[in-house]
Amino acid sequence: MIKEKNILNINKIRDDFPILKREVNGKPLVYFDNGATSQKPQLVIDVINKYYTFENSNIHRGIHTLSQEATNAYEVARKKVQRFVNAQHEHEIIFTKGTTDSINLVAASFGKKHLKKGDEIIISNMEHHSNIVPWQMICEEKEAVLKVIPINDKGELLMDEFKKLLSPKTKFVSITHVSNTLGTINPVKEIIKLAKEAGALVLIDGAQAVPHTKIDVQDLGCDFYAFSGHKMFGPTGVGILYGKEAILNDLPPYQGGGDMIKTVTFEKTTYNELPHKFEAGTPNIVGGIGLGVAIDYMNSIGLDKIEAYEHELLTYATEQIKQIEGVRIVGEAAKKASVLSFVVDGTHPSDIGMIIDKLGVAIRTGHHCTEPLMNRLNVPGTARASFAFYNTFEEIDIFIAALKRAVTMLK
Amino acid sequence: MTIKEKQEEIVEEFSLFDEWMDKYEHIIELGKELPLIEEKYKTDENLIKGCQSRVWLHAELIDGNVIFTADSDAIITKGIIGLVIRVFSGHSPKEIAETELFFIDQIGLQEHLSPTRSNGLLSMLKQIKMYAVAFQAKQ
Ligand SMILES: Cc1ncc(COP(=O)(O)O)c(C=O)c1O
Repeated sequence: MIKEKNILNINKIRDDFPILKREVNGKPLVYFDNGATSQKPQLVIDVINKYYTFENSNIHRGIHTLSQEATNAYEVARKKVQRFVNAQHEHEIIFTKGTTDSINLVAASFGKKHLKKGDEIIISNMEHHSNIVPWQMICEEKEAVLKVIPINDKGELLMDEFKKLLSPKTKFVSITHVSNTLGTINPVKEIIKLAKEAGALVLIDGAQAVPHTKIDVQDLGCDFYAFSGHKMFGPTGVGILYGKEAILNDLPPYQGGGDMIKTVTFEKTTYNELPHKFEAGTPNIVGGIGLGVAIDYMNSIGLDKIEAYEHELLTYATEQIKQIEGVRIVGEAAKKASVLSFVVDGTHPSDIGMIIDKLGVAIRTGHHCTEPLMNRLNVPGTARASFAFYNTFEEIDIFIAALKRAVTMLK
Repeated sequence: MTIKEKQEEIVEEFSLFDEWMDKYEHIIELGKELPLIEEKYKTDENLIKGCQSRVWLHAELIDGNVIFTADSDAIITKGIIGLVIRVFSGHSPKEIAETELFFIDQIGLQEHLSPTRSNGLLSMLKQIKMYAVAFQAKQ
């Protein structure tokens, strides 16, 4: 155990995140709401500051030096993302506003061109609303049918049921890599393989996977992979859609505007090449650059170490929380990442959240944007602690002590 | 006591606590003491759905005064509701409609009224005022 605790140089890492030094309600902050958004290292904060101080200008459209520099920085960031997820080409990386935006893009563009009445799209019972509603919207428009892979009580997908749902009618499968509510790591490689055999395209919602584990989109074989910058130590308002070149080329543009065109006349507009075809308007330039720096930072620590360390944190927190009477863990999949969701008998999650907040511990309570999952598990909501590599075993002890105090007060 | 006086009394009561935990402990006790709304009034019509917790509010006009009963599935919310009911229940529609609510701010619970909490409290307060206005119109 002691040895495992030293996978990372945790003191140095914590020094890199200035916010971790602050207090809330007179207590040192214990930030366990990383599933909602992660904190930002000084390097990312600095690059944002530097950009607006010295480099600000618009990209892809200026011949002056500043614009060239900004364009270069933005395109370097794209390359970093490409390498980070091992995409084959740089232009397979589309900058978006976030996971939600990425999924909406795919649902709208794919749906517009390829969905017909009676076609089927498969999602799962544990999806985030972001991976439900865009599909519902396009299904409604095209009179297509949304099918849902059920889960077991531990929070694992029923793969046999998935196989039964697949048919020649299946046009698209969109599944989360890691559940934001339960922490379940889904067998996405197998899902992708099965979906491909059925002739469907596949999107993986990687919002909760990318911050915790190494992603290789070519090894996975998915057609699309979506994630958010703000959950992986980068700025808010920037995200990524990875898409296979041939498939992105086939899809119609999502939004029209500047940057995404080749020529415009009132009679006919021709569209720009990838990735610009899907990047209408001035993007979140500094967001992209900041994301690139966040990736550098994660690489400097090492994804394998991050994963191993977080696994230790989760194991320790799980063991500790089980000691508290009345606690029930929600989500007990065999393979889990960094998320500990729970309910306490006779208490409401929001009461727990409010009390431990006053003790300095930030967790999330509620349905976590997964209402259908809450209904399936028959809970009104859960309390959720979610960890990042800058969290410590000591913080888990503080959290557990705070939780015990809250439970005593509430009972 | 007027609504204003009742609020002043609560502010006084809470001035004893300087620790957050003590404040919450007191609110939780109040929540546990709140006389439950009659089951038959826990209807969808009386339900104020917050994102986090649910609140039920029932109002009746008895002898010219509005009697409120309420409940919530979250105990801290319920405790705060208990205070709100203590303040408003048993007063005339006119007084309820016209008196400003200040005690929540003064005892430091204003964050519970922020939209991000979405615990139904803010909607409940609006609902109380609406009942008062509606009863006033009927009288
Ligand atoms: C699994 C999952 N998908 C999608 C999203 C949406 O991400 P964003 O709000 O950054 O677009 C989230 C974030 O909460 C998530 O956890």
